[in-house]
Amino acid sequence: MGRKTFVILIITAAVLSASIIFSLSSGSYSLRLDEIIRTLIGRGNPLSNTIVMQLRLPRIFIAILVGASLSTAGCILQSILGNPLAEPGIIGMNSGAALAVVLLISSSSSAYYDSIGIYTMMLLPIASIAGSFLVTALIYVLSVKKGANPARLTLTGVGISAGINAFIALYQLTMSKGDYNRALTWISGSLWGSNWLFFGIIAPAAAVSIGFAMYNSKLLDVIRLGRETAVGLGVDVDKKQKSLLGIALVLSAASTAVAGNISFLGLMGPHIANRLVGPVHIRKIPVAAGISSVLILLADTASRTMFSPLEVPVGITVSILGVPYFIYLMLKEA
Amino acid sequence: MVSATKKAILAGFILSLLAALGIIIAVAFGSKNIPLSTVIDSIFNYEDVLDMQVVRNGRIPRALAAILIGGFLGISGAMMQGVTRIPIAEPSLMGITQGATFAVALVSINPDFYAMTENTFAALAGSATSGGLVLLFSMQNPRNMSISRFVLAGTALGTFFISLASTLSILSNRTQELAFWVAGGLRSATWDSVAMLAAAGGLCSLAALFISGRINIVNLGEDMAISLGERPGVVRFMAMILIIIICSVSVSVAGNIAFIGLIVPHIVRSFVGENYKLIMPLSFLGGSVLLIWADNAARLLNRPYETPVGLFTSLIGVPIFIWMVRRNS
Repeated sequence: MGRKTFVILIITAAVLSASIIFSLSSGSYSLRLDEIIRTLIGRGNPLSNTIVMQLRLPRIFIAILVGASLSTAGCILQSILGNPLAEPGIIGMNSGAALAVVLLISSSSSAYYDSIGIYTMMLLPIASIAGSFLVTALIYVLSVKKGANPARLTLTGVGISAGINAFIALYQLTMSKGDYNRALTWISGSLWGSNWLFFGIIAPAAAVSIGFAMYNSKLLDVIRLGRETAVGLGVDVDKKQKSLLGIALVLSAASTAVAGNISFLGLMGPHIANRLVGPVHIRKIPVAAGISSVLILLADTASRTMFSPLEVPVGITVSILGVPYFIYLMLKEA
Repeated sequence: MVSATKKAILAGFILSLLAALGIIIAVAFGSKNIPLSTVIDSIFNYEDVLDMQVVRNGRIPRALAAILIGGFLGISGAMMQGVTRIPIAEPSLMGITQGATFAVALVSINPDFYAMTENTFAALAGSATSGGLVLLFSMQNPRNMSISRFVLAGTALGTFFISLASTLSILSNRTQELAFWVAGGLRSATWDSVAMLAAAGGLCSLAALFISGRINIVNLGEDMAISLGERPGVVRFMAMILIIIICSVSVSVAGNIAFIGLIVPHIVRSFVGENYKLIMPLSFLGGSVLLIWADNAARLLNRPYETPVGLFTSLIGVPIFIWMVRRNS
């Protein structure tokens, strides 16, 4: 690891820490820095204890996990699909999760603000993970014809998710308003209602998967060079592609389970990292994870505070920030 | 060539027949059971009673709107595929209709704006913005424009505008109304909207038919077109302007109806070959047939409730899209 990478990693970590403090302090009840520190070392009052330990801190930790997971998934997909604009949200991996959640919500309660029991809370992530697995498998199967051609995989994903969206519309229109809003919040991607339990569930999955991706970083480097080169260097591309796709799926499903559909995060982090430290994955993955975490943390803080007491789903904020960047990339690279 | 023209005439005849049959069903059946004699009377012998009002001011304008909008979506899809040379280009995949959706959301939550512009002009402004961005992409070095890149750009644009629209709807507490818009449908068609569609969209469709010969030349490829003395940029620009106007009048009446512009031109092409002089008019007819039948299904399958019409067009569209992707690459 070069000196430059080291410096950039330190800077990223510093910016991330600053974002964490900023996010901890702002909200519908703002806290001063000394109050936060006192609470963190266990000497706060009950009010600040609840705000920091039960509400904001778990949300921040989950935001960081989601940012890191989606960015790593983006790195993997961009390498194996050979498409610098690939990303779990855009290629349709999450649409299955959205469908599963809408089906679940429309089949259960119809009360306006039903108290969300632990049962429903656990069921939503499970349904969303199952949904994204099924749909990604479907996309993969439909795009396999003498190996999975990357362009075909991307287009099939876009097509399938367009179809699923039409199907979701059928349910959305017949839902009661409360259910509809709940589904919309989730589909748009929101960190509302984060807690330590969710963190405990996805942290191990995300950590293992990101570790696996780092371990395979050389493989990702080689595959990025193109199929012919990779085969020429002795890589069994089809097999490796499948297992790497699986890792990307686990990462995106885990973050979708707690935060819903957040697009573009897996695109922005890797691209900015690419500019800072270059395309080598062992350096790119951690820097990208840090950058994506900062982005989602700031976007979430903005979503919470901008229209307070109303909250905009963070996925929407990220999209509004992400698309102009995406378009800029398109125009530059075309 | 002769055989293609003959085929085209035959296809045109069959499609017209299907469209006529679709219109008859659309006018004769609906969630209210109205005797056939009353239906006929309400056309030729109108009295001011409820049943006749339903037929005259509900079903007939809706059927005509379906015919027109289906046709517009078909012909604009054909044009877009012709000038971009991308076989899966389509207004709703490219984010154009989503731009219109955003503008309509903006207008409908804000009474001041609404008084100023109403839906049609808002949709026009919105789709002009997003269409302009698409234009920018397709102008950008068309020689090495890859299909997946183009579609991803469209998806991104669509997401962007839908995100903005969702933010507005959340802040004004009108989320579900937006969903109706996004889903699309013909329930709000009136005689006024039919007149507007026929005037603006009809004119542009005619203009489109006039440039179909030049689209043929552009479709041969950048270098070929230039050596034949055609300026591809100009044709592409004209086509985009027409597409934007056609799409925005359609979207202002029917919201977002996906996939018609994708599948119809493709099926037509497999019958008559790469000749846009034939593809474009036949795509118009084919789009009309598809939308009127899809709308009939949407109205009649679950009476008296309505199923979103986009579900039917997607049910047909997605499998064909995936089949095309598999075949093309």
